[in-house]
Amino acid sequence: MLVLIGILVKILLVVGITQGAVAYLILVERKIAAWAQDRVGPNRAGPFGLLQPLADGAKMLLKEDVVPKYVTVPLYILAPAVAIIAATIGFAVVPFGPVGAAAPELFGYKIDFQIAPSVDIGILYVLSVGSLGVYGVILAGWSSNNKYSFLGGLRSSAQLISYEIPLGMSILGMVLICGTLDLNSIVEWQDAHVWGVVAQPIGFLLFLISAFAETNRLPFDLPESEQELVGGFHTEYSAMKFGMFFLGEYLHVITVSYITVVLFFGGWDIPFVLDSSQSGWGFALLKTFVMLAKVGGMIVFIMWVRWTLPRFRYDTLMDLAWKSLIPLALINLLATAGIVQMIRG
Amino acid sequence: MRADDPSLKRMVPPKLTTLERLYIPQILTGLAVTGRHILGAAVGGKAITVQYPEEQEVQPGLAVNLRDTKNYRGVHRLNKDDQGRVKCVACMLCATACPAHCIDIVGATAPDSWPDREKYCESFVIDELRCIYCGMCEEACPVEAIELTGFYDLTGLSREEMIFDKTKLLSVFDLTKDAEPLKYGQAPAGAASTTLAPADSAS
Repeated sequence: MLVLIGILVKILLVVGITQGAVAYLILVERKIAAWAQDRVGPNRAGPFGLLQPLADGAKMLLKEDVVPKYVTVPLYILAPAVAIIAATIGFAVVPFGPVGAAAPELFGYKIDFQIAPSVDIGILYVLSVGSLGVYGVILAGWSSNNKYSFLGGLRSSAQLISYEIPLGMSILGMVLICGTLDLNSIVEWQDAHVWGVVAQPIGFLLFLISAFAETNRLPFDLPESEQELVGGFHTEYSAMKFGMFFLGEYLHVITVSYITVVLFFGGWDIPFVLDSSQSGWGFALLKTFVMLAKVGGMIVFIMWVRWTLPRFRYDTLMDLAWKSLIPLALINLLATAGIVQMIRG
Repeated sequence: MRADDPSLKRMVPPKLTTLERLYIPQILTGLAVTGRHILGAAVGGKAITVQYPEEQEVQPGLAVNLRDTKNYRGVHRLNKDDQGRVKCVACMLCATACPAHCIDIVGATAPDSWPDREKYCESFVIDELRCIYCGMCEEACPVEAIELTGFYDLTGLSREEMIFDKTKLLSVFDLTKDAEPLKYGQAPAGAASTTLAPADSAS
């Protein structure tokens, strides 16, 4: 019973914190956008514009929720929910801090910093629910009965079949080296040996590129394309339904950043400073903070890239994925498999 | 020009090296550029925008805020000559030139005491909401009577308020004459230079 309550508390904490974080990520994004263009950015609501997310949220909730007459209503309403749910449930297996032996104790119970600790197929789970997010986009585009939305949805499905393959294969190298699909074991392997970015530099690059496509962020925001598709899949959405797509996108960015940090930047690990033998609340919170800092850096990097690179054209994205990323991922996978086999004998 | 013309300069697109075809160096260069701008605006105070209501271009000693008028066209003014009379001779050239039809002039015969002109404007009304601030009126004016000033924060609470009559246009002249002398070399009324005879403005 206590275990169940513990898990519910963890779920509430994670969902609450991440959704609150999204509000502030939008502020961070607007600030970075402004700075990249030599502007100041939102600075009117509260000191340094810190109350801006509240104003934005209130605006989203209070605006008129228009449902056009020509949309397919059930799918139209389902789509934003799918977008949010797919982005949120990925957090179930993400280790936010120490899990297992190093986890701190409370009333004699180990508190794992993970909602569902020791899921053996952690990565597979993240990949599968992550790609569910595309259904939100495709359903929105299709149910809107609007040619721009439809084009956005089509692009999204074409994008999906292009980048999902290199995304999966880029992770396989890391899985082969660590010999596990459990995210926490991968962090512990990196703590004991080297960070994934050193062990799998090509895998990291491929994963990074595919992750941008997975989150629908520039330079791969083809389904959205404000310029030529007038917002793409969310053209017909207003008020909080529109806000939910935003929420889903930023939640996805957080998930992907966590996965990148877990797979390639050692999770909570700092070489020679933190390792898995350190336990207790102090170290647990420190490790959680280190991980948060890395994830924050990754999110800022994603936003930085958004204001640097122009959008890929539709066919160049396919070119990149099928002609460059997939062959590279295959070669990387074969080479890794060969080396791992030789070392293990 | 023929294809084999010797003065024709052929531009060959540069052949990309393998490194360049990876795009990674270019992406890193791009990231460096945006990173420099982000840091410059975030911590270096290099943002080029002005926080408008708090920061304004204010010239000391002026009741209004003016922009540099070399490239800026703001609210109109009706110039006065050095006797304090309105310079306008009601020739209707500005009203004719105006593409937005926002100028309305009622001319009247000049009083006998004004020997330099036949007519003057009894009423001169500009609808500042219709005006597109193109400056054709000041180009058309033969006597430099109408000019666009650097007065930029033009606001009003009603449409009626934004229709400027002769009194208001003349008061704009009084507000701006010290900061902006006449564009075509004549000194504003009350200034030291009185070398030009009143007759000149009508000639």
